[in-house]
Amino acid sequence: MSALERRAAMATLLADRGDDLLVIPGLGSTCWDLAAAGDNDRNFYLWGAMGGAAMIGLGLALAQPDKRVLVVTGDGEMLMGMGSLATIGVKQPANLAVVVFDNGHYGETGMQPSHTGAGRVDLTEIAAGCGIASVLDVRDEAGLAGLAARLKDLARTGPLFARVRIATGEAPRVLPERDGVILKNRFRAAIGLKA
Amino acid sequence: MNAPVAAVDWPEQLYATLKRADIRQVGYVPDAGHARLIDRVRADPDIHDVVLTTEEEGVALAAGAALGGQRAVLLLQSSGVGNCVNMLSLARSCRFPLLMMITMRGEWEEFNPWQQPMGSIVEPVMKLNEAEIYRATTPEEVEGLAERAVQHVFGGERIAALILSQQLIGKKVWVK
Repeated sequence: MSALERRAAMATLLADRGDDLLVIPGLGSTCWDLAAAGDNDRNFYLWGAMGGAAMIGLGLALAQPDKRVLVVTGDGEMLMGMGSLATIGVKQPANLAVVVFDNGHYGETGMQPSHTGAGRVDLTEIAAGCGIASVLDVRDEAGLAGLAARLKDLARTGPLFARVRIATGEAPRVLPERDGVILKNRFRAAIGLKA
Repeated sequence: MNAPVAAVDWPEQLYATLKRADIRQVGYVPDAGHARLIDRVRADPDIHDVVLTTEEEGVALAAGAALGGQRAVLLLQSSGVGNCVNMLSLARSCRFPLLMMITMRGEWEEFNPWQQPMGSIVEPVMKLNEAEIYRATTPEEVEGLAERAVQHVFGGERIAALILSQQLIGKKVWVK
């Protein structure tokens, strides 16, 4: 199995993203991946709050039902907030997608194996078991293209969970803005809210 | 005191306060002290009721709601404050408004000694997290304190803890 390269995968998911797509990364590698794909005021970069990405996505998706909300996080971050998949399964937000870039390792801290890499923990089975009906296991370019297409029409197909199997290689860090108040205010202004 | 039944229906007043403040999302971990308020919220089609697996999810939920232009509150028990600590850095780093309504255990006529260690440090933990503390001990003062907490949180994008003491909720909940 040839795993996907993370930066190229992020670029594919965000190609021609549209103003109605709001993106929350996890902290660490997926945050740098998102920044590397091109800065956008509709990105809310996380520099902390490990385990919180999916729940930030849920609060945002409930507040903005006419927009599409995409959470892209890593396996380690998702494992820390695994209960949030149960919470999302109860609420069934139609406009929320949670995508996990799964390389089976904690990349930011020295590539220690995570539970998906060291054990048999399968995040797609957990998402399905939480009642998320649309679950994708993306292993190759064709699967990635399929996921990107689903994201375009998310409001009618969500909630959606996808595991994207990525290679363990670490890409150079691309660091976005890290002042949380600036990130919050520019995000809100971009979607027409008072900063 | 001639009237043995409390004239002030504070859970109903809390619900009315949430409505006046245009709260649209309520995250909660089920809790006996908040049971009536949770029932009211769940029956309200204009409020997203979000049952959480752990309280820190609610801190992140409220941040997402604020990003999207809705007001949220978090209902929790004192033990749940400990579950929130690292996630509170999200609210503090970004100045997200966060209103936590905390029902107390472990401080008054408590039958379970395991509630005391966390209950005893709720206020210092919240103060260390830059929260304004509003403690209600009698039914009469709940609504006024809740209104002030709302103003503090949403007027200035700050954190507040409305602490509903065990003296306030205790006997009503446990002596049935």
